[in-house]
Amino acid sequence: MKTPRQHRAAERVAFPNQDGSSAKVASKPNDARVCTIAIAGNPNSGKSTLFNALTGLRQKVGNYPGVTVEKKVGRFFGSHGEPMDLLDLPGTYSLQARSPDEAVARDVLLGRRQDTPAPDLVLCVVDATNLERNLYFVAQLAELGLPMVVALVMIDLAERDGWSINAVELSRRLGCPVIPTVAANGKGLVELRQAITRQLHGSPPHRATLPPAIETAASLVQNVLAKGEGAWSEFPAAEAILLVSGTQEQADAAPAAIQSTLGLARDSIKTAGVDAISATVHARYKWVETIVEHSVRTRRGPQAALSERLDEVFTHKIWGWLVFLGVMATVFFMIFRVAELPMGWIEAGQKALNRWIESGLPASDFRDLLSNGIIAGVGGVVIFLPQILILFFFIGLLEDTGYLARAAFIMDRVMSRVGLHGKSFVPMLSSFACAIPGIMGARTIDNSKDRLVTILVAPLLSCSARLPVYSLMIAVMLPATFNAWKKAGLMLGLYALGMIAAFGMAWLFRRTLFRGERSLLLLEMPPYRCPSLRVTLARMWERASLFLRQAGTVILAISVIIWALSTYPKPANPAATPSQALASSAAGRLGHLIEPVIAPLGYDWKIGIGIISSFAAREVFVGTMSVIYSIENGEENTPALRDAMLAERNRDGASTYTPLACLSLMVFYVLAMQCLSTLAVVRRETNSWRWPAFQFAYMALLAWAGAFLVFQGGRLLGLG
Amino acid sequence: MNTPTYQQLAGQPVGQQVKIQGFSLPDAVRLRLLEMGLTEGAECSVVRYAPLGDPIEVKIRGYFLSLRQDEAKGILVGRAE
Repeated sequence: MKTPRQHRAAERVAFPNQDGSSAKVASKPNDARVCTIAIAGNPNSGKSTLFNALTGLRQKVGNYPGVTVEKKVGRFFGSHGEPMDLLDLPGTYSLQARSPDEAVARDVLLGRRQDTPAPDLVLCVVDATNLERNLYFVAQLAELGLPMVVALVMIDLAERDGWSINAVELSRRLGCPVIPTVAANGKGLVELRQAITRQLHGSPPHRATLPPAIETAASLVQNVLAKGEGAWSEFPAAEAILLVSGTQEQADAAPAAIQSTLGLARDSIKTAGVDAISATVHARYKWVETIVEHSVRTRRGPQAALSERLDEVFTHKIWGWLVFLGVMATVFFMIFRVAELPMGWIEAGQKALNRWIESGLPASDFRDLLSNGIIAGVGGVVIFLPQILILFFFIGLLEDTGYLARAAFIMDRVMSRVGLHGKSFVPMLSSFACAIPGIMGARTIDNSKDRLVTILVAPLLSCSARLPVYSLMIAVMLPATFNAWKKAGLMLGLYALGMIAAFGMAWLFRRTLFRGERSLLLLEMPPYRCPSLRVTLARMWERASLFLRQAGTVILAISVIIWALSTYPKPANPAATPSQALASSAAGRLGHLIEPVIAPLGYDWKIGIGIISSFAAREVFVGTMSVIYSIENGEENTPALRDAMLAERNRDGASTYTPLACLSLMVFYVLAMQCLSTLAVVRRETNSWRWPAFQFAYMALLAWAGAFLVFQGGRLLGLG
Repeated sequence: MNTPTYQQLAGQPVGQQVKIQGFSLPDAVRLRLLEMGLTEGAECSVVRYAPLGDPIEVKIRGYFLSLRQDEAKGILVGRAE
């Protein structure tokens, strides 16, 4: 019998990838090559923990080209020291993929991706506490015909819950090694290594026998695929089963060369009176049920009861909401209060570095670029790191304990009213710290419409970069005599405006651009678990470094550009003050240029400069205003800046910063997309400039209209 | 069971053991529900309704799954013996 890999030579039309592009076959040298082992398993099965335990620090995290799915590859050594590549695939319920994540897992396992070699062995992670559904995926993977090793994880929890699993019997019935593994303390890792090394040249596991009509139809398609005439597949048997037992839409998307055979095959199943979708899944589950019946004994344990009792509270009609609000309040408190301390240190460090540079280097453009361009730019990213770390830590903690699924459960109805998804809730929450991790977090939403709407509205939620602007403008609008409660109320109002706008726009998009029925929500409710601090911290760092790489480079580049715009061209008079120099720079001219557009909102050209400079990061507004009003160390010295702004007069002698103008400016900052780094990340996540361009346009329009309404409406009412 | 009277999974009282009989849902949704273990003949029960009535949490094959009323209305069930 020929192996699939011997069919490479002929010219073929390969299966389309998720992004529609056609994947070519990756060439793999036959001898002395590094074997590839794919780790596959259901979501939340502890796959990544096992991956980390097997590879240690020898791993690389990147992206699959064309899709924003993380690609994690690690080096692993067999029991004789032979190197292998270990590939951590996204969590998947089935090869009949529904989300981009699942499509990547499917494409890698079926050898469809050009950038990733087809696996030589599948390491399947099976959660012992949820055996039947996990083994269903094993049943499907067995159809690949690849050697397989099963790592049986969470067996300690299963035993505590009253399950007694006979791994030897399980292994015999599956036809592949089953290794009970506890990644946290290294139990079973040596055995796993041995099993993988041995099994690389072993035989594939047993698989479920499907109804005769389906097996016959699948072998018909398989023959065409295996011949490689026009269409080709690395694993024709598995591919054929997927095609005959999938939906009609999936079959229609198959390569044209096999359409006629596929049509015949699918018709033959229908003629036999078999419902292919249901019968295939059924046969696999029956196979799984028989295996479980013979290898598992149950007795009722106490642990499951605890999880159910906790749910009585956490999803209760009243207590559920109170717990939810309490958890959110804690996360917000940590992000905004506790993060202040390290943020202060970072700011102080940045200032010290600037002083050191200023004392060590003669005044020059280079020194200015260094301190006002690069250090300010890097500082602008690093300053948010404490908040981002705290945010990711809590999201990881909520995820690992199992609470996040409950939060999505009680929030889904609220979110779906405006056309969002229960899973949109974490990205939206993240966006209060920074829209970038929020937008990256939207990857977990499998429906592309839901995901796009979430990405489009996330930046409307007030991120922490807006806070310094709000603080300054509130100080200017409400002089010191106003009590702190009124100021806090105004601040709260600005946050509320952002939320109302986000939900309103989501509702609008769902009714116009992204019409269609509500998407599918299938949310697994894992039992509550005590999280491992090490795992949570490791993931926090993994996500934070992704943020640093994605946002850091863009913000740095933009900071340098904004610096150049506000430095050049130089004023003709070398004795000009910094504020005069800024006025004559490109940014200053741009400020004058946009004045007619922003005048109806109550802004002059100086505010225009502030708005333009905000594109690097919104809080730069405060620094720019300090330069314009020649305040030294503006960030530290808000009262001085406030007084200078209050003293500012228009050409006609009236105050520039009337309360109405301040309010209008705040509304503008709530609604406008003044963040090029976010736009860059949106481009990366959506794979086109179309969506960031649309997002920028609609938010600019919204901000302008909102500010216009406030300013002109207020004047009509005689408040100006 | 004498006469098979199918009911919707949505609306079943909490804790009531029911047996899945069929679906009136689009193929893609049906396929995923089947793969999640909601196969015809499998027993399941509604564990709870969310505070706002939607989604609902179901116990199936020893684990817990939440789905929306829209889908739960398309899952036809009968009383488990």
